[in-house]
Amino acid sequence: MAEERRPKPCSVILPTESMKAIAESMGVGQLQEESCVALSEEVSYRIKEIAQDALKFMHHGKRRKLMTSDIDYALKLKNVEPLYGFQSQEFIPFRFASGGGRELHFYEEKEVDLSDIINTPLPRVPLDVSLKAHWLSIEGVQPAIPENPPPISKEQQKTESTEPLKAVKPGQEEEGPIQGKGQGAANAENKGKEKCVVRMKARSTHELSVEQQLYYKEITEACVGSCEAKRAEALQSIATDPGLYQMLPRFSTFISEGVRVNVVQNNLALLIYLMRMVKALMDNPTLYLEKYLHELIPAVVTCIVSKQLCLRPDMDNHWALRDFAARLMAQSCKTFSTTNNNIQSRITKTFTKSLLDEKTQWTTRYGCIAGLAELGPDVIKTLIIPRLSVEGSRIKAVSEGPVVSNIDKIGADHVQSLLLKHCASVIAKTRPLPDNSDQYRTDYGYLGPMLCSHVVKARAQAALQAQQVNRTTLTITQPRPTLTLSQGGVSGVSGPRTPNIIKVPSSLTLPVQTLVSARPVTPTQPSPPATKYIVMSTSAAAATTQQVITLSSARSTSPITSPAPSSASTMQPLVKLEHGGASAGAAATGAGGSRPVQKYIVVSLPSAASETKGASLTSPLPASSGPAPVLDSSSKTDRSDSPGASGH
Amino acid sequence: MAAVQDGQIEPESEKEIKSETLNDATGNHAAAVGGLLPSSPVSTASVGASNSSKAAASEDQQTLLAVLQFLKRNKLVESADILRREAGLLEESDDAQGSEGGRDELGGASADEGGEAASLFSRVTSATGASGIATGPAPSKVAQGSEDQPDVSVVLSAYSQQGDPALYQMYYSGLKKFIESVLDCHRAELSQLFYPLFVHMYLELVYNNHEQEAKEFFEKFHGDQECYYRDDLRVLSGMSKKEHMRGNETLLDFRTSKFVLRISRDSYQLLKRHLQERQNNQIWNIIQEHLYIDIFDGMPRSKSQIDSMSGSLAGEAKREANKAKVFYGLLKEPEIEVPLDDEDEEAENEEGKPKKKKPKKDSMGSKSKKQDPNAPQQNRIPLPELKDSDKLDKIMYMKEATKRIRLGPDNLPSICFYTFLNAYQGLTAVDITDDSSLIAGGFADSTVRVWSVTPRKLRAVKSATDLSLIDKESEDVLERIMDEKTASESKILYGHNGPVYGISFSPDRNYLLSCSEDGTVRLWSLQTFTCLVCYKGHNYPVWDVQFSPHGYYFTSGGHDRVARLWATDHYQPLRMFAGHLADITCTRFHPNSNYLATGSADRTVRLWDILNGNCNRIFTGHKGPIHSLAFSPNGKFLASGATDGRVLLWDIGRGLMIEELNGHTDTIYALKFSRDGEILASGSMDNTVRLWDAVKAFDDIETDDFTAATGHVHLSENSLELQLGTYTSKSTPVIHLHFTRRNLLLAAGGYNP
Repeated sequence: MAEERRPKPCSVILPTESMKAIAESMGVGQLQEESCVALSEEVSYRIKEIAQDALKFMHHGKRRKLMTSDIDYALKLKNVEPLYGFQSQEFIPFRFASGGGRELHFYEEKEVDLSDIINTPLPRVPLDVSLKAHWLSIEGVQPAIPENPPPISKEQQKTESTEPLKAVKPGQEEEGPIQGKGQGAANAENKGKEKCVVRMKARSTHELSVEQQLYYKEITEACVGSCEAKRAEALQSIATDPGLYQMLPRFSTFISEGVRVNVVQNNLALLIYLMRMVKALMDNPTLYLEKYLHELIPAVVTCIVSKQLCLRPDMDNHWALRDFAARLMAQSCKTFSTTNNNIQSRITKTFTKSLLDEKTQWTTRYGCIAGLAELGPDVIKTLIIPRLSVEGSRIKAVSEGPVVSNIDKIGADHVQSLLLKHCASVIAKTRPLPDNSDQYRTDYGYLGPMLCSHVVKARAQAALQAQQVNRTTLTITQPRPTLTLSQGGVSGVSGPRTPNIIKVPSSLTLPVQTLVSARPVTPTQPSPPATKYIVMSTSAAAATTQQVITLSSARSTSPITSPAPSSASTMQPLVKLEHGGASAGAAATGAGGSRPVQKYIVVSLPSAASETKGASLTSPLPASSGPAPVLDSSSKTDRSDSPGASGH
Repeated sequence: MAAVQDGQIEPESEKEIKSETLNDATGNHAAAVGGLLPSSPVSTASVGASNSSKAAASEDQQTLLAVLQFLKRNKLVESADILRREAGLLEESDDAQGSEGGRDELGGASADEGGEAASLFSRVTSATGASGIATGPAPSKVAQGSEDQPDVSVVLSAYSQQGDPALYQMYYSGLKKFIESVLDCHRAELSQLFYPLFVHMYLELVYNNHEQEAKEFFEKFHGDQECYYRDDLRVLSGMSKKEHMRGNETLLDFRTSKFVLRISRDSYQLLKRHLQERQNNQIWNIIQEHLYIDIFDGMPRSKSQIDSMSGSLAGEAKREANKAKVFYGLLKEPEIEVPLDDEDEEAENEEGKPKKKKPKKDSMGSKSKKQDPNAPQQNRIPLPELKDSDKLDKIMYMKEATKRIRLGPDNLPSICFYTFLNAYQGLTAVDITDDSSLIAGGFADSTVRVWSVTPRKLRAVKSATDLSLIDKESEDVLERIMDEKTASESKILYGHNGPVYGISFSPDRNYLLSCSEDGTVRLWSLQTFTCLVCYKGHNYPVWDVQFSPHGYYFTSGGHDRVARLWATDHYQPLRMFAGHLADITCTRFHPNSNYLATGSADRTVRLWDILNGNCNRIFTGHKGPIHSLAFSPNGKFLASGATDGRVLLWDIGRGLMIEELNGHTDTIYALKFSRDGEILASGSMDNTVRLWDAVKAFDDIETDDFTAATGHVHLSENSLELQLGTYTSKSTPVIHLHFTRRNLLLAAGGYNP
């Protein structure tokens, strides 16, 4: 007759060993087994009784969490002296250890250095209780303000998009709601949901209220406008505001159309702005983007592999855009790829196909490699490393052969550095020692020797990283790197710096203070390999770095790529962002003279876990990284289709 | 054979109780309040006779006395003498008990332990018949159970009947088979028997030290019980020793109150025949001694009908319990001369006596001159005189009322949410004044904080020495007595010694009441922001306190299971309302101040008459402790919300459940009707505010006589249609709701990051 089977009421009883242990602690040596049994039953019963009373106090305290004070009050109720000294705001950190045949639960108590405590600044005084009013609903409509939860939760957005017939979408209710009566009106009418289970898919009218239209206009204008401060604000809003759900289709169309137009017009700046919008949308935890991937992914891929993205391919730094877009792509693969949509394998296939094509331009080639490389070490290992010798010979043909064109040469240079950068870390992990330059040449062709030196560096760096990880001193709380581009002609970069740029005082000269930040992934998705960046700052004049991707394309002659290994530093910078017009205290008057320039060097390091693994790994090379340089396309396709090859 | 304790409590036994252990709190207070409650002799504790010698061996004196009575009644003078000598009892006490016992009419009907079926049934019929008569004055039927019990051990001794413990499982499964095999229409009704039988059989096993059998019995059959008894089962499962039974409140509740079942005559006959055939005495004894079967004529009820009413700790309310007349109408509003509408600008004219009488034509029927037939006498409860300031406030109220928005399904209220930030999960109670100018919060750190939500700041009155300097004749003396230096947006009131679980503003906004875990209720002045009175009376945490809508009176209820009525100028309670079987978790005044509703952890709502202390209504149907109550503004209906996330609506006049509103997923801590009673708002721990169409819910009431007569409700399955809106906050449980005079909904809660 029971309506539902429930978990059976537990009749758990404390083990008699605990009784013995407690008795021993009280000085009672020999406790009879029977007394132990009797005691443990009695004690268990009393404890349950007290817990039940404590629950009562929790309910009246209007909480969901039982607190130690509740237990105190329950004891008081029974005229038992309360326990003194228990004040716990959070859970009590019992730790468990077993060894020597005994199992122990204990408090973890850390040794604390008194001088540390004395020297730390006083904690902030807890804030006093305060009262804040906001509108939960206005005439039955819940306004989409930050105080309120997102109107439509992500799950709901998902069910709506995947099962459109079952759930009636707010905004599609009966006769499309009038302006201003967004979700609330639908909420009010959701009683009708039950009745209209079977119905045709209602026509999709995405009507925006006047406020929403204004917002949309403001945001899109700011995102592609000239004012960097406004743009930062707008992006911030896109990334955090909960009520954007209804505008998502518009944003999506805006981005895809924008990319389409600007690729044709080769407007690099606008493309970058649009990509940043994509990033912001992906960062917003309340949006269900899956529905709009068909518009967003082509746009992003375009920015990765398009033959030409800017007017002056020899001067403008479109490589950074490709890198950025490739990272976005990798991120969306991680977040959205499922067995159903197979995004990752489809993307991989696309990249691989054009990579294998002999006639592919250097720019596209760069994009393909970047896109693949961002997908993770597995993809690099299976798809890029086997191609190394082929690509190497191609690069050789350009750099050592007759001068074809400057553009090709630059492209080849970039591809080379890209390959070195990504492959070195993977090889360092997979290839056993020793690193022999000649051996590398036989294995990887033209790029071999360079690769060898990079691998040596990567290994050294891994060792260094192992040390540094142990003394991480400062954690950046804003792990949102921003791609800022200063482009002289199009947009005068002026105004204050975006607030979310990692700021590092320029006076730091040594990487003593390491800033470890997480990789820019969406917060919902913990990135499996957790590559860490160590961010250091150098002043503009400091030229200790080897590889500079300068984004200031206005006057600089050409993007400098100097792979020259300097013995001074063991770092291998991957990305260097330069922010022009910064108001930060970088007093350096750089070589350019006109603008104070602060540079950030982001160094990619393997995560601690994988790095230790790499250090201890002595496994032989995987077959794919063997000398067989060319994989025929069919085998490659197979590989990319298999789930094992797709990502981590 | 049964020796019977009398229900009546003599003065000396009352004293004796007071010195008893904590567990007797109920009995204690019930006794103290004895004058308020009508008492009739009811048989409650009966002792199996065959083990009289066994009982004599029992260490308990009460049991001994009971046995002695039994011996005496059966003219076994010799054995009685021997027993008395052996036990060393005094003659007098015995006599006193004996005289009480003599009054009992049921005792004679007791049968032999052998228990031939015929005599068994005669006993049952007489028992039910007798209690039917005895329950003439219906109020607080169950209350007497606790009143009747002077001691736990007597209660427990009822379990000393010995049956073969191994057969218990067989008995139970036999009954189960039978019930499962009967016709569908009877099955649902008879299934009600499972739970009480299960509990009592389990307790019997435990009491007789058959621990292993008890455990097996529990393991085998606990899965069959309805899910809403889960909490009680958990308590039971922990109880596996006779020693545990002493001092366990839940057990006491099972035993002291007969579990009430409502069964149709047909089903009952069926059961009777079955037990007769099977000679199943064990079960029959339990049914007879621990259950109260309320037999009615007519169609057996359906499963859903039964489910909607069951769930309370002691079964359903008896039908008689809800028959008393309740004056649910509103009191006539005092005649106040109201200035004309169009004279709005003449605010100052109100102070001077306006000339024209023009009562507002309002939605409120109370304003009409003629007396509502359902309303109580104007002076049924003495109410305080209206002061000039009260009249001003009334005028303000009426003015606001004219600007009130009429709500309805197409016209939902706006909701303004007051979030308490940085409360660190410490916010335990909130109240808002009727004119929505002040908001107060009670906190787990024992403080009470008052905020002004209007631009007007909170100011305290000047000190006595400063006050003496003021020119008392001046026009703005009320303004001058205020100390500008103390002006601030919020004030903190210190005084309690434990979490503040309930607060309530007085209607005139001069006082604030707070109740706390420390067992006290405090009255604070909002003029000086100091504590004026500390009302001591509850010995245990006080869960709720509320001012009467007319001021002066207030009520409190707490862990001691007694609701008290106080007047602000008396340091002792005026009335004590005993009867609930578990903590009183919330109390509310009826809008006419003549009645009081209490919600309890025993999953019942009771309505008490303040005039005579009677319990006039018992509403069962909730499946969890009730944490919120609200009267509709017209006084006809009551809404209650519980931990099970359901809101139930009750018709007070007819004592019926009207509607069940499903939707919330967690405890409902706040309920409020809009000013015109059109919308019911509920706020819950699940961070939502939900709006319900109250008009529709009340219109749907079936008005057929059978329903009214039997109290068998047919709930429509349309509670989703009644829901008008759901508004989710980010992470803020809603613990208070309030409609402003213009029908703007204010919600409040502490942000819970």
